[in-house]
Amino acid sequence: MTLSVPLNFFLFGIYPYICLAVLLLGSLVRFDREPYSWKSDSSQTLQKRELKLGSNLFHYGVLIVILGHFVGFLMPEPLVMWLMSPTQHQLLAMVIGGIAGTVALIGASILIHRRLAYRRIRGNSRKWDITIIVMLWLQLALGVATVPLSAQHMDGAMFERLVAYVQGVLLFRPGNAALLQGTPWVYQLHILLGFTIFLVSPFTRMVHIWSGVGSLAYLVRPYQLVRKRGGSVNT
Amino acid sequence: MKIRAQIAMVLNLDKCIGCHTCSVTCKNVWTSRKGMEYAWFNNVETKPGIGYPKDWENQERWKGGWERKANGKLVPKQGGRWAVLAKIFANPHLPEIDDYYEPFTFDYENLQTAPELPTAPVARPISLVSGRTMDKVEWGPNWEEILGGEFDKRSKDYNFEAVQKDIYGQFENTFMMYLPRLCEHCLNPTCVASCPSGSIYKREEDGIVLIDQDKCRGWRMCVSGCPYKKIYYNWVSGKAEKCTFCYPRIEVGLPTVCSETCVGRIRYLGVLLYDADRISEAAGTENPQDLYAAQLDVFLDPFDPEIQRQALADGIPAAWIESAQKSPAYKMAVDWKIAFPLHPEYRTLPMVWYVPPLSPISAHANSGNIDNAANGLPDVGSLRIPVRYLANLLTAGNEPPIVGALERMLAMRAWFRAKQLGETPDPALLSSVGLDEATANDMHRYLAIANYEDRFVIPTAHREEAENAYQLRGGCGFTFGNGCDGIDAKAGLFGGKMGRRKVIPIRELDDSQ
Repeated sequence: MTLSVPLNFFLFGIYPYICLAVLLLGSLVRFDREPYSWKSDSSQTLQKRELKLGSNLFHYGVLIVILGHFVGFLMPEPLVMWLMSPTQHQLLAMVIGGIAGTVALIGASILIHRRLAYRRIRGNSRKWDITIIVMLWLQLALGVATVPLSAQHMDGAMFERLVAYVQGVLLFRPGNAALLQGTPWVYQLHILLGFTIFLVSPFTRMVHIWSGVGSLAYLVRPYQLVRKRGGSVNT
Repeated sequence: MKIRAQIAMVLNLDKCIGCHTCSVTCKNVWTSRKGMEYAWFNNVETKPGIGYPKDWENQERWKGGWERKANGKLVPKQGGRWAVLAKIFANPHLPEIDDYYEPFTFDYENLQTAPELPTAPVARPISLVSGRTMDKVEWGPNWEEILGGEFDKRSKDYNFEAVQKDIYGQFENTFMMYLPRLCEHCLNPTCVASCPSGSIYKREEDGIVLIDQDKCRGWRMCVSGCPYKKIYYNWVSGKAEKCTFCYPRIEVGLPTVCSETCVGRIRYLGVLLYDADRISEAAGTENPQDLYAAQLDVFLDPFDPEIQRQALADGIPAAWIESAQKSPAYKMAVDWKIAFPLHPEYRTLPMVWYVPPLSPISAHANSGNIDNAANGLPDVGSLRIPVRYLANLLTAGNEPPIVGALERMLAMRAWFRAKQLGETPDPALLSSVGLDEATANDMHRYLAIANYEDRFVIPTAHREEAENAYQLRGGCGFTFGNGCDGIDAKAGLFGGKMGRRKVIPIRELDDSQ
């Protein structure tokens, strides 16, 4: 899809920074000012049915996908080239991302069905609960749709271009948006929706992802916690 | 040795009449909010029965409490740290709301607005979860009240283990008792151990287990971790909530609402001193039947000068040590050994203890076959409630301590009955069960008379140790934090400590829904 240069520059050169800034500052402000609202908002108590399968498929799939994006996109170029050829890099991303993405997409489909089909869940859902899972479903679908598209050009050139773009965003590389000029619309939409999800995250239950990372501290803390009334934590 | 103090509760089941005043007053104070309609921080169950939530005592199903590994290590029954985190996306052991009951109200409006009909209008039940009219109320918070339902279903009660239960289904042999239940404020709580965000903690000063609502992320592992199922997930707020032991009352020396309002005067509150360093050793005792004795060993004698010295050194105020000496909990649990922990086999070292109920002599004995022991007391084996049932409930199936307690209670009764009738009771009556006259008088005073000031010996909290009152002077609203919090402005986003609520918002009650 070819956008006009200014629009392309705004969407891929400016918008990502708006989204990232809102994500970081918004999360920080919410954590600081509204800690009571910070939660995973589980609806499992109301209904277990479909959750076990849907939630596990979705979350584990997405975790692998996110981890894959981190490793695949943020690994420095020379290191990747030392390890494998661009074709291999692309193939690896297609296989792992394709499988995990499909698993997550199936999970998200089950979760959407669960949220909409059962009165108990639907009646107790906020607008954002439904919006965000639909956004995630679309994002997963777009992500999985890139796999057959990528299969049409296995030389890895397009893939490396996308990697360069993502790294460019994080490194504030000037002229970065031009890299996406003329790339297929599936990639462009996937990137735009991805940043939009970052944008809305602080205002939705998505903030629980930060806590998911934070809960890794559980692995090293002692089982019992004792607090003094003043608030200090010891064991 | 690290001495800590806890306000413990004892419930004298012998006097519980099952009136549910405790449950209702508790609900009015604590859980009459949206999302908590189904939750009862305090509930009263009729036993035998499967209880609330259904089948809660079956830990093979719910995986609550601790499991002792072969090497003596304790791990939550629902899994170690990695297993808990792996189950975070869908907790396989989480009860569904229907395992408690679907909360409902009635369509009272219809009684006013119904047009003239050949039949009287009815108020149909409406689900508070879906908002829909319910065809039928399937289950409630106290569905088995006074042996409601068929014996077949009630007999799934876990405490029938090793009891020939079939005969208790017959009308002539049936028995029942009440079991008021609340959070046990355990010494070794599995809920605390299961919380991935570390939001649940035990208070050092009084042992109350609380959930930091600002830190709870709604991972729900505590709900399955607690073997007593006394943590509830608020499905509106997305946070876990539990009995607070009415800490704002306890702190100022008042009994909890359930204790204060108990019309049967069955509840006792008092300080127990314990050795925090011996908790894991006691909880890890190999044989579950020894857990009761092991927990008794963790409690410390407040009259021992050595203990008093150490307690003061560990920061326990002198007033608390004095209260520990007058503690009804200490008398009943340690001195008289008539109170027992509920299901010690869960290895959480619960701190709400129960005096087992006496029950009528069964018909078989009444027909002239009373098996009198040498001292003239009826054999506790002929009581209507099987001793084994009580032992399964209170001592992991270990019968002798239960028998001893029932015998002491029977002897105390017989002794006072004789005195009331102007007879001269035989001192052997008391000595045969290990009592003397002074102890029997004390037991009578605490169990039968049960004066308010004997039941509740609660030292006030020392506020001056929790906050520096000097810093609060004349600064409220002008301090560097928001509102009245935060002289101490450590780096946070806008000053103050990160992730702590600065203002306690006053939320309006939302009755629109």
